[in-house]
Amino acid sequence: MSDQLITLIWTVVKIIAIILPITIAVAYYTYFERKIIGYMHARQGPNRIGPWGLIQPFADVFKMLFKELIIPLNASRFLYLLAPLLALMPALAAWSVIPFADGVVLADVDAGLLLVVALNAISVYGILLAGWASNSKYALFGGLRAAAQTISYEIPMGFAVVGVVAMSGTLNLTAIVDAQAGSILSWYWLPLLPLFVIFFIAGVAETNRLPFDMAEGETEIVAGFHVEYSGAAFAVFFLAEYASMILISALASLVFLGGWLSPFAGIPGVGKTFLATPGPHWLLAKTLVFCFLFVWFRATFPRFRYDQIMRLGWKVFIPITIVWVMVAGVFRYLGWFGA
Amino acid sequence: MQALVRYIRSLFLVELFQGMAVTWRFGMAPKFTLHYPEEKTPASPRFRGLHALRRYPNGEERCIACKLCEAVCPALAITIVSHNRDDNTRRTKTYDIDLFKCIYCGFCEESCPVDSIVLTDIAEYHMEEPEERVINKQQLLEVGDRFEERIADYRARDARYR
Repeated sequence: MSDQLITLIWTVVKIIAIILPITIAVAYYTYFERKIIGYMHARQGPNRIGPWGLIQPFADVFKMLFKELIIPLNASRFLYLLAPLLALMPALAAWSVIPFADGVVLADVDAGLLLVVALNAISVYGILLAGWASNSKYALFGGLRAAAQTISYEIPMGFAVVGVVAMSGTLNLTAIVDAQAGSILSWYWLPLLPLFVIFFIAGVAETNRLPFDMAEGETEIVAGFHVEYSGAAFAVFFLAEYASMILISALASLVFLGGWLSPFAGIPGVGKTFLATPGPHWLLAKTLVFCFLFVWFRATFPRFRYDQIMRLGWKVFIPITIVWVMVAGVFRYLGWFGA
Repeated sequence: MQALVRYIRSLFLVELFQGMAVTWRFGMAPKFTLHYPEEKTPASPRFRGLHALRRYPNGEERCIACKLCEAVCPALAITIVSHNRDDNTRRTKTYDIDLFKCIYCGFCEESCPVDSIVLTDIAEYHMEEPEERVINKQQLLEVGDRFEERIADYRARDARYR
């Protein structure tokens, strides 16, 4: 009995140790995003609150929490309030199987990769329900677009993952990283380069980020699915979106860029110095690169048209991934690239 | 052939990388934003901002209530009531300027024979009640007293172009 209790408490402590840094990371990701986009627009970005505007995220958070939570008159109250939680839950739950270093993982399950992809797909329910429950035309359109887009990009993303699974022969994320051990050339980004690119682009589409933010589309459907949300509920959507962006970044680093493995390992001159030592800092650095890419894309590309998104997903990504999954099978069969 | 080139270019995302290079370049470029309350753009001595009434160095107010400014004002923003002061000189009893009516054209300053009414370079002022938009003689003289040095300096620097 007490053993179970201790396990329970210990697990809760571990969950908090994961959730809390993610929440803070989300807060600072918004700051980071505004700053980077500001710089790319030849502006300064937030620089008023605190030194270099560093307190800005907290100002935003407190502002949002103190705002009134407005529920539209004809909205479906229960679903309306449930939707943000449905969006947030999978985005945070998926972190349970993400290993931060060798063995540092909340739940070392064998089908971890599958779980992450599945939870990522579930997160569309939050958006869909938000669009439906708001009883607003724009929100409904946003929800519909999000559903269509997520379903379309689920498939190339899944195929990209299949390529990784074919190469590594496992669905366990820790084992996938271990299978990439060696040097920077033995990570899966090289043999699976098309899958890597498509995985990340599909990830951008999955999280409804620009240039695939059809679900929000400020210029067309004002803010899409969360047009009626305000205050804390809106903040939860925000949290969910950014948490899943960081999740996609971490996942891309894990399955294609060798997770916590050092990029300097295997280079003759470096040998066994600290540069070649694997550790969570490498995972963090790689994740940050992808987080930066999200922001960079947003600053660069205009929004896709609806039919262009569908065309890209079905007529470009899916054929390429199917072909490359077969190529990965050939690599596996011939034993190339450490498969 | 051209279609093939275009297909390959789009497959390898050439144009997207070009676009990203542009944003990267702009992201790295130095910013020319002015941090307004701390830094300000230089303004000409001729800048036309808040009004002021000046005095002579001996402390006597310049205005002689000739009402030329009132007459020239295209927005009818100036209201003057004149009277004979105790020493039997002609002075203004009231000198009101409606800041909402004023278009800051500077005609009043140009028409003034004694350089009494001037437009200062002060652009950062506000009022909290609509009634405060009308500033009276007392307030105008206070502005003049407070910034006399600057006003005189700007007038001197601009004099040879007038």
